[in-house]
Amino acid sequence: MHLSVCGVSKSFGEGRSKQLVLDNINFELHGGEFVALVGSSGSGKSTVMRLVAGLERPSGGVISMNGSPIRGPGADRGMVFQKYSLYPWLTAAQNVAFGLRLQGRSPVEIRERTAYFLEVVGLADSAKLLPRQLSGGMQQRIAIARALAVEPKLLLLDEPFGALDLQIRESMQQFLHQLWTVTGLTALLITHDLEEALLLAQRVHIMAPRPGRIVRTVDVNHGSSDFAQLRLSREFLSMREELAHCLRSLDGAPNM
Amino acid sequence: MSLVALVRRFLGHSWVLGLMGIFVVVLAWTLISATGLVDRLFLPSPAAVLAAGQAQAAQGLLWKDLVASVGRVFMGFALSALVSLPLGIAMGANRMVCQLLEPLMGLIRYMPAPAFIPLLIIYFGLGELPKVMLIFIGTLFFNTLMIMDAVKFVPSELIETALTLGGRPSHVIRRVITPFIAPQVLDAYRINMASAWNLVIVAELVAATDGLGKRISLAQRFLRTDEIFAGLIVIGLIGLLIDLAFRLLMRRACSWAN
Repeated sequence: MHLSVCGVSKSFGEGRSKQLVLDNINFELHGGEFVALVGSSGSGKSTVMRLVAGLERPSGGVISMNGSPIRGPGADRGMVFQKYSLYPWLTAAQNVAFGLRLQGRSPVEIRERTAYFLEVVGLADSAKLLPRQLSGGMQQRIAIARALAVEPKLLLLDEPFGALDLQIRESMQQFLHQLWTVTGLTALLITHDLEEALLLAQRVHIMAPRPGRIVRTVDVNHGSSDFAQLRLSREFLSMREELAHCLRSLDGAPNM
Repeated sequence: MSLVALVRRFLGHSWVLGLMGIFVVVLAWTLISATGLVDRLFLPSPAAVLAAGQAQAAQGLLWKDLVASVGRVFMGFALSALVSLPLGIAMGANRMVCQLLEPLMGLIRYMPAPAFIPLLIIYFGLGELPKVMLIFIGTLFFNTLMIMDAVKFVPSELIETALTLGGRPSHVIRRVITPFIAPQVLDAYRINMASAWNLVIVAELVAATDGLGKRISLAQRFLRTDEIFAGLIVIGLIGLLIDLAFRLLMRRACSWAN
């Protein structure tokens, strides 16, 4: 797997109201990597994700996957939205099976893969529950299982824990990290939470707003998977503080 | 438990107050007609109305009228429901279809359906067809526009999720949009069924040989207010039954939406 985003720009609107949202975005992603884009609102990070997903077309530049340009959405790039993305009339298991059904997989395969991925996200017991009977964290785990079930080459995570309470968010971060180490998935994470990006990703791109652009890229290697300890370690804190300062200065806002 | 609490609990039961409201009106009606304050020709007693209804049922007229009216409503409305569903989805899901049809529908919607009766009689004569067509055109545009609105409110995340799972546009329509709007579609049908029920009575008042509306207009000719009252009550009860049936269907079929 190789994703390349090359000289990508995006503007919305026409004529006078035309607005440049993304300017000359460049980055790459290889198989097995976990990369994060961090930025405040208005930095266009979600637009980058929608471009990679194929839900929007770039105004300039090329996004290609394994050498071929992206022309639209496809099952090779699974997406997890911030919220409201489970089908409310389907049970947890049926939601996980949704993509497999769309692709016309055999009933046996659908049953086996659904059971397997429910197990992977630790929700085998909740298979028959409707989304409204699940907590926010459980809903997001089902959404992740649904995206993984069709075996995408790349998992796109658009603020997947942004709507969750802090405590649940922390346990979900640990969960996602474990999932990454166990399954070896390739992931692109969009977040405004610097700590989240630094914990989960191997490489973090910092984005500046108006127009959205990547201003800094940091390689992260903690050598530890214990997030609770990591959050308090001096190295981690100083790195976080330095990047937070960078983000603050970009945004010009006093409270970041 | 104190008496006040007991009464409050009794009143809190969902049916109690509603039934009491009906009971009060029937009681007032009985009392007024018993005192003879109002001429019996204008306000027949509940007993007389009941007797009139029973007489019609015994003659078999009630059933014949019922079958005629309900049959017309179902024919016309089923046609409208069948056409409005794909049309509303197409308008809600495709901007060009919407831009093409919305102004036209917005215009026709405000033409009162009963105003089409003379035209329908010229086109289709006095049989069943003009009545069915009246109900069809009288509910089609409301059904379609309400379904269109429901489609526009389908969260984009649900559609985009399907696309990123390898779904094609036809999948989105069948597996995402249609199940998502099902509760609103049933609700639209329930609401517009009321106007279908209005329209059938209007059509029968104008030109028919049978039906509940026709019975009322015949009763008027012979000053049989008791029969008019009986007819009105039957019409109301059937409307209520249809409404309840839709609510039940919705609760059964779309339990996820409650």
